[in-house]
Amino acid sequence: MNMRSDEKPIVRYRNIRKSYGDLEVIKGIDLDIFPAEKIAVIGPSGSGKTTLGRMLMTLEEPSSGTIEVDGELLWHKKVNGKLVRADEKHLHKIRGKIGMVFQHFNLFPHMTILRNVTEAPVRVKGMSRKEAEKIGMEMLDKVGLIDKKDNYPSQLSGGQKQRVAIARALVMDPKVMVFDEVTSALDPELVGEVLNVIKEIAREGKMAMMLITHEMDFAREVADRVIFTADGRIVEEGPPEQIFEHPKSERLQNFLSRFMAKV
Amino acid sequence: MIGAIAQYLPPMLKGIGVTVQLTLFSSVLALTVAFLLGLCRLSRYSLVRGISYTFVEIIRGTSLLVQLFWFYYVMPFFGVEFSAMTTGVLAIGLNYGAYGSEIVRSSILAVPKGQTEAAIALNLTRWQRMIHVIIPQALMRMVPPFGNLLIELLKGTSLVYFITLADLTYISMTLRNTNYADSLIIFTLLLLIYFLIAQLMTLGVRWVEKRVTAGRLA
Repeated sequence: MNMRSDEKPIVRYRNIRKSYGDLEVIKGIDLDIFPAEKIAVIGPSGSGKTTLGRMLMTLEEPSSGTIEVDGELLWHKKVNGKLVRADEKHLHKIRGKIGMVFQHFNLFPHMTILRNVTEAPVRVKGMSRKEAEKIGMEMLDKVGLIDKKDNYPSQLSGGQKQRVAIARALVMDPKVMVFDEVTSALDPELVGEVLNVIKEIAREGKMAMMLITHEMDFAREVADRVIFTADGRIVEEGPPEQIFEHPKSERLQNFLSRFMAKV
Repeated sequence: MIGAIAQYLPPMLKGIGVTVQLTLFSSVLALTVAFLLGLCRLSRYSLVRGISYTFVEIIRGTSLLVQLFWFYYVMPFFGVEFSAMTTGVLAIGLNYGAYGSEIVRSSILAVPKGQTEAAIALNLTRWQRMIHVIIPQALMRMVPPFGNLLIELLKGTSLVYFITLADLTYISMTLRNTNYADSLIIFTLLLLIYFLIAQLMTLGVRWVEKRVTAGRLA
């Protein structure tokens, strides 16, 4: 197991809870993610793993607890030593360090592929169109879709759309990137091309990655550390070999045996 | 009959000018009002939402004809006097704009939530998300119902007859008043002319529809 006590975590969840009405989906989670670390979050549906990623991307606000990104509070600000809810300006500042790829791609259907990839660098980072297009083309090249730059999303396959979505997130150069079940909406024969792109990015090791996934082989191959969540808690965590070869908890053993039986 | 048509068409053409002008100006006002009110209805400030909601409900809940009377016959008592044309444009534009605001509001709400989330993930500001991501997609949904609304508006302009603006309907009525026997010819011409203008508008809307959706159907 990596002991990284000398390094400062890029993301730090502290006693995070999340409820929807009476239903508590996250019941107190502590989790550190280190720079360039790849963590896989696995667990049954409804275990709260997607919510964990969405709270980091500022799409869902935690009911209680704090999240720190690169040493700064995400959802809160300290005013006179007291924690207060952060305003949009503060969220905007911290959010630039976080990126996300979604299960359903969410490409902008009214923009060409190149425009999808360059819109945010131009609008948010203030790059010139030319500069953004240069970087955008590099990223499209990386995901193998440079020849689709003038197409619209509706003209692409699911796997291609997801690769564009990855390029779109990469262009913003985040320090941590959430991959939220990015292959779950794909036809089985298209899963491989997307996973290969993610493996390639993981190899480069430029940023921390939070891989929320149902692909166990992929988690095993790419992740430095695997987090198993169930019922809103982290039940077990450790390096892939330990999690997949020697699961300690009964919950994880059951989960894995059911999973392997399905495959 | 040809003679009758030759007799009635020239004065009616003048009326067409007024009707087209009225339609054009009030359409521009209606679209503007629709966007402003539609966006206000989605504001994050409850006061703005409340005011725009009340305004829309009052306008939708009262008749266009009565609104025309108010602007034309009541406002002068408050020292505000408009020409018949201005009255027509104001009343019709506001009235159809109020209906149109529902089109704007619902089209914006119909854009999938994932689009907003992706825009947030890319750190676009609230304003940028609206302008560059949500509204362009909402526009595609707005065009057909707006086409519908504007054709309704064209036909609604005939109500200015009651504030004595010499539009197509008004002129046809005065022609009929002096030529009762030709009622059939006059009113058939009237129907046909409205129909032709509406057809032209439909073609225009189709063209716009093609432009905004070119190559990019989701």
